[in-house]
Amino acid sequence: MEQQVKQKVDKRIKSVKQLEQLRQALADGKDENRVTVAVCGGTACLAAGAKDIVAAFEAEIRKRGVHARVEFKETGCQGFCACGPLVVIGPEKIFYQHIKPGDVPEIIDETILKGKIISRLLYVDPATNQKITHESDIPFYKKQTRNIMAANREIDPTKIEQYVAAGGYTALSKALFQMSPDKIINEITRAGLRGRGGGGFPTGRKWQSCWVAEGDVKYVLCNADEGDPGAYQDGSILGGNPHSVIEGMIIAAYAVGAHEGYIYVRNEYPLAVAHSRIAIQQALDYGFLGENILDSGFDFKITINKGGGAFVCGESSALIASLEGKVGEPKSKYTHMAEKGLWDKPSLLNNVKTWANVPLIINKGADWYAKIGTAGSKGTMIFALVGKITNSGLVEVPMGISLREMIYDIGGGIPGGKQFKAVQTGGPSGGCISATLLDTPVDFDELTKLGSMMGSGGMIVMDEDNCMVDVARYFIEFLKGESCGKCAPCREGLTRLSEILDRITRGQGRSEDLETMQDLGEILDAGSLCGLGRSAANPVLSTIRYFKDEYLAHIVDKKCPAGVCRELIEFSIDAEKCTGCGVCARACATKAISGEKKQPHVINQDLCIKCGACFDSCKFEAVKKQ
Amino acid sequence: MDTNTNLAEVRAIIENNAGKIEALINSYVSKKEQLISLLQDVQAEFNYLPQDVLIKISQTLEIPLSQVFSVATFFHAFSLKPRGRHTITVCLGTACHVKGGQRLVDKMARDYHLKPGETTEDEKFTLETVNCLGCCALGPVVVVDDKYEGQVTPDKLDKILKNYK
Amino acid sequence: MTKYWINGNESVDISDAEDINVVHLTVDDKNIAVSGGKTIFAALQRMPGIGEIPGLCYHGAVRPYGACRLCTVEVSEDGGKRYRFVAACLYPVTEGMIVKTNTEKIRKLRKGIIELLLARSPNARVIQELAKEYGVEKPRFSLGDNDCILCGLCVRACQEIIGKSAISLVNRGIYKEVAAPFYAYELEEGCIGCGDCMYVCPTGAITMGANGKPVLPKVKIPFGEIGAMGTKEKRAK
Repeated sequence: MEQQVKQKVDKRIKSVKQLEQLRQALADGKDENRVTVAVCGGTACLAAGAKDIVAAFEAEIRKRGVHARVEFKETGCQGFCACGPLVVIGPEKIFYQHIKPGDVPEIIDETILKGKIISRLLYVDPATNQKITHESDIPFYKKQTRNIMAANREIDPTKIEQYVAAGGYTALSKALFQMSPDKIINEITRAGLRGRGGGGFPTGRKWQSCWVAEGDVKYVLCNADEGDPGAYQDGSILGGNPHSVIEGMIIAAYAVGAHEGYIYVRNEYPLAVAHSRIAIQQALDYGFLGENILDSGFDFKITINKGGGAFVCGESSALIASLEGKVGEPKSKYTHMAEKGLWDKPSLLNNVKTWANVPLIINKGADWYAKIGTAGSKGTMIFALVGKITNSGLVEVPMGISLREMIYDIGGGIPGGKQFKAVQTGGPSGGCISATLLDTPVDFDELTKLGSMMGSGGMIVMDEDNCMVDVARYFIEFLKGESCGKCAPCREGLTRLSEILDRITRGQGRSEDLETMQDLGEILDAGSLCGLGRSAANPVLSTIRYFKDEYLAHIVDKKCPAGVCRELIEFSIDAEKCTGCGVCARACATKAISGEKKQPHVINQDLCIKCGACFDSCKFEAVKKQ
Repeated sequence: MDTNTNLAEVRAIIENNAGKIEALINSYVSKKEQLISLLQDVQAEFNYLPQDVLIKISQTLEIPLSQVFSVATFFHAFSLKPRGRHTITVCLGTACHVKGGQRLVDKMARDYHLKPGETTEDEKFTLETVNCLGCCALGPVVVVDDKYEGQVTPDKLDKILKNYK
Repeated sequence: MTKYWINGNESVDISDAEDINVVHLTVDDKNIAVSGGKTIFAALQRMPGIGEIPGLCYHGAVRPYGACRLCTVEVSEDGGKRYRFVAACLYPVTEGMIVKTNTEKIRKLRKGIIELLLARSPNARVIQELAKEYGVEKPRFSLGDNDCILCGLCVRACQEIIGKSAISLVNRGIYKEVAAPFYAYELEEGCIGCGDCMYVCPTGAITMGANGKPVLPKVKIPFGEIGAMGTKEKRAK
């Protein structure tokens, strides 16, 4: 009976010396002869079947009994999502893309055990048609500065030992024992770090306000709500390297004098929630969280809170309302969060990416950090480069790189030989930027000057087949659904913007619509209670600014040049391409398509409801739309 | 009130799980500000928020029922009506939209007579939309129950859904 | 001796009051002195003729909410260099503050909000009166038929004055409405029938039912269900 009672092993590290000993032990235990194999387990790769790949590797390694020779790990998101499922092998970082479970035995036998390259699994550069063997030679990675994201490739997020072995919690021990609170805050300030959640507020200044705020009870909060559709960096960092965020939070807590923290993760990120929960427990086990951290006398604990499916909860006062168990309605912020936040106590709220930058700054110093980036925007920024882009994924670059370099050198340009049309930055609060401005350097202030913003780093590329009026309509629809509904300008204003844009995309636009939308934009900007409302009209205003002709085509000519707005396009069948297979006729819901077998078919425009089912179903590209 | 469900069936489920429900709610007595977390646990357990459970929460945690109701209706994670056996979630994040995600929603309306938030008559499918799941490179993305499907076209969607009973 | 205004017609000459917590500010170029800790709106309520700010969701008996945004004013706290838009019902008075309640920008904003509210609630008398005052004739949008403007006064009255919390604001965005659990609009148990909600309602959207308890207005969405996003099961039919 007593044998069944397991003695809980006390792994708590009780001093910096012990931490260094642990790190040394982990390094000593590392067998240099083992080949590291890192399979990406990010959300996109999981969706593409990474779990089966992982299972295959584990099974095949076991079958061959080569565990001593292979160090296999499932990592967090490695960033090159367009290539998933992917695996990176050995110190040379051999990169295989689009792998299947069936490839795994060969990968182990040939590459891992014999060092031979499997040509068909290599990445092919579309520009040169050359195969590339090593990750560092791939154009997507070459121009990046992966100060934060690189760790994702090295670490299994469910094993804290790997984080420690990679140098994790060094910054924490430095902060606790070699730096005073004001020195820490000074370092963050001198580094020039600005909030990566959208506001771009100087982080050091925020920490300073929280530090001087009176009170024994303070909170340190992490905003992992990441509601911007098309941005998933926070989810990937929290899911792939949660300890980098935790470490940042502990350092801040020590600096401002807080003992309790919360990570607010949006509900739609099960991976990030799961991994951060595991990470917190493991940090507690090792004594990086909890009481008397590393014997410093400092206590700090973190709780995970899941969001409930509301974009507005990314707004700080709404986030706090949600943490307090109330509906996520923002409050007019006339007192700073740093003085009166959660439960009216001083609260320090920062975004996931901001937290991840903290250990880096403490370890390498403010001077090192401030050398990267531009005068007003220091450091690197992690963008989600998505949409009509060849190399879709997470990209980390120094601030100041141009949009052109991002989209063409790193992103590989627009697939399918299509023309670039616009890039949307900053999520629903941001705006669209047109081709003439591609040489704009990407930094907080430059993007704002163009009528857009950095936001939380979403960068959505659009091509000639996207309709900018439809894009504006999309964003307004999104915001309309996410508005909390408390204040009249936002609630009513967004509904009316939606009404107008809907009419325009249906060919019922009126000549005064553009002016009405401008007026609504002004009302939203001046009258809204919170940031969601204030910036809600940006997508509309920026598309009107750069794509007015397209709006006029819809309103005056009742045409959609990009061929997207259904009521304004016409579907027809190209008689030369049509094989008469009849698939479209069967797909048609209104029986508008007629034709004999093996004879070109015809669409009856009177019956056509322009649903596009025929266009989707034709395998011969015989259905045309204009 | 909601005629979609067999009320007796629902009552039975709650009665059978009375002990579990009580234990769950009691575990939040000292942390009633975590109301949203509690509602998420209930949603995960029953696939919706039964009225009786909400009333019990209000009584046990001493939160006005109207406030519990406000929170339950504000957040899209919660459903006050039972969901279908299988939940189809279409991602309408910007990247998926730009790649044609809306067509999938249109198709569901056209062929399955299902609009977002609705459940089929036979209680087989519930359609939901979500604003970005974080796998944008694979867009358009559809999640059925917990299974993620990438690069979904209207045709492919039919094939996927055929597998679900 | 500084001239301090006590209402739109009268001013007095007094030296700076040495009393506790007096705050001196300028409203529409008039110097006034008020007791500190008040919001701009509350302070001006007691000074008829100075800065007459409209406010539909404000009532002295409950906490301010800042939802209608009609009380938006321009405020400068650096001596007039920079101004920002704030809701007067929530913004506290500070020493040396300069407030402008009737600039062209403010009037334009108020006109815009009233146009939106008129389109939502064309039959509400208080909105019609505001529309006349600000020159809003016909909204440029399709007309709704809601008397409720979601000011939240009824909910706050029930919560703060009575302490019953029988009703609350449910759903979000354009589907937001006042209801009792579970989407009940005719109150029964849980409501003590005090009628405070009816009393504070600025538009008369709440009426008295046959059982002596209030009947809440149901929100109607006249502009159709546009778009797929953000829609979920809405309020009961």
